[in-house]
Amino acid sequence: MISVANIYKLFGKETVLKDISVTFDQGKSNLIIGRSGSGKTVLLKSIVGLHDVDRGAIYFDNRNFLEMSDKQKQELRKEMGMLFQGTALFDSLTVEENIIFPLQMFTDMTYDEKIERVNTCLKMVNLEKVNHLYPAELSGGMKKRVGIARAIVQSPKYLFCDEPNSGLDPITALVIDKLISDITHELNITTIVNTHDMNSVMEIGEKVVFIHEGIKCWEGTKDEILNSDDKYLNNFVFASNLAKKIKKMK
Amino acid sequence: MGIFTVLGRYVLLLYKVFSKPEKMKIYARQTVVEIENLGLNSIGIVIIISIFIGAVITLQTRYNLENSWIPLYLIGLTARDTILLEFSSTMVGLILAGKVGSNIASEIGHMRITEQIDALEMMGINSASYLILPKIVAAVIFNPLLTIISMIVGIFGGWLAAIITGAVSSADYIYGIQYWFEPFYVTYALVKTVVYAFIITSVSAFYGYYVKGGALEVGRCSTKGVVYSSILILLFDVILTQLMLS
Repeated sequence: MISVANIYKLFGKETVLKDISVTFDQGKSNLIIGRSGSGKTVLLKSIVGLHDVDRGAIYFDNRNFLEMSDKQKQELRKEMGMLFQGTALFDSLTVEENIIFPLQMFTDMTYDEKIERVNTCLKMVNLEKVNHLYPAELSGGMKKRVGIARAIVQSPKYLFCDEPNSGLDPITALVIDKLISDITHELNITTIVNTHDMNSVMEIGEKVVFIHEGIKCWEGTKDEILNSDDKYLNNFVFASNLAKKIKKMK
Repeated sequence: MGIFTVLGRYVLLLYKVFSKPEKMKIYARQTVVEIENLGLNSIGIVIIISIFIGAVITLQTRYNLENSWIPLYLIGLTARDTILLEFSSTMVGLILAGKVGSNIASEIGHMRITEQIDALEMMGINSASYLILPKIVAAVIFNPLLTIISMIVGIFGGWLAAIITGAVSSADYIYGIQYWFEPFYVTYALVKTVVYAFIITSVSAFYGYYVKGGALEVGRCSTKGVVYSSILILLFDVILTQLMLS
């Protein structure tokens, strides 16, 4: 479980996150949604410590992240996995080398054990026979899957996904969504996904948090989202003409 | 950014770079890779430049020694001392600042803008140390070897120019390069090389590590890395010369 309490984040004089408090549940796919520039990525990167917050508290299972030393944060990060928007795969390394990298750094496993773990993770994301390919030789969807495999190779307790569907066609996007959801349930981890894709929300949104201009406006489940009274949320959810027509029909 | 802000960030980065590595074996392996990337791959350019500059120094010295009462072995001596004292350390340092410095700044800058550095941090790895320390160690170990190669090849280039053009006889040139040899000049050049190696790698890495934006900014940070490394090399040339030769 991850709890965020009253966090503020400023860039210069501009307040990007304003008094955000929310709890992300274990074993669920927690989605942060909102328009581009609403502060979703800043919130996600603040939670994992890639941005320093100006005020507030962040708890990972009751451990206060912001009060930890750099060394303690580094240790806690070994319990985290993250899929970046652009996948952030090391382009000079092969798929296998990318995934094995954290294992080489932090474990005393034998080479065979590491390879076995890599292959298990690749199987979990439905990829095979790509071990020796470089990221440049993969499609967008395959890169995302390798990114997920790398994120879960150390069996994390917390998984963070920043816009996992960006740049993917709707069908591949659904495959990635299902993958994230399955991994979350299978490993019983706390997963936070940043997205503005309503298909993702309706597929895997067990808990949904809506951010508008740096403020948390709404939280609930995917089933509650369609009946919400929040003006900004409705503008976001029913942005297209098709969605508006469907809402009127309801 | 003010100069004190830049200086402060540079010192903080170095503090991160020199903190205890997560796994020594991986860092050692990475250092070997960097010796190949930054050192072995620079041997060619160092040899080419040294041979030509050695030749030019010899020919220019001959051109300036028209008086018949000046012994011609002084051409060899001048070529040797110029190469040992300044060319093989400082000039090669400036050339490497261009080649290696831009390479380091653009590599790390690219990793920053594509979130690869964030990915390392998220794995619990000290990204500054993992990316920069092996480069510094590799350059500090290997650049003195490049300087020695440059010295040998530069002096050989001078001899080649001397015998091809007939500017000075082989015997005079060889007598000149052996005459009044001061071994401390080699030590002085190697000390300078080690300092320059540290400047080139750490300054270029600093500009790459803190880059923000896109491809254009990576290009700019690469240029900044080269320019500031070069200025610092020249500044430390003066400081070390005053400290070691005065």
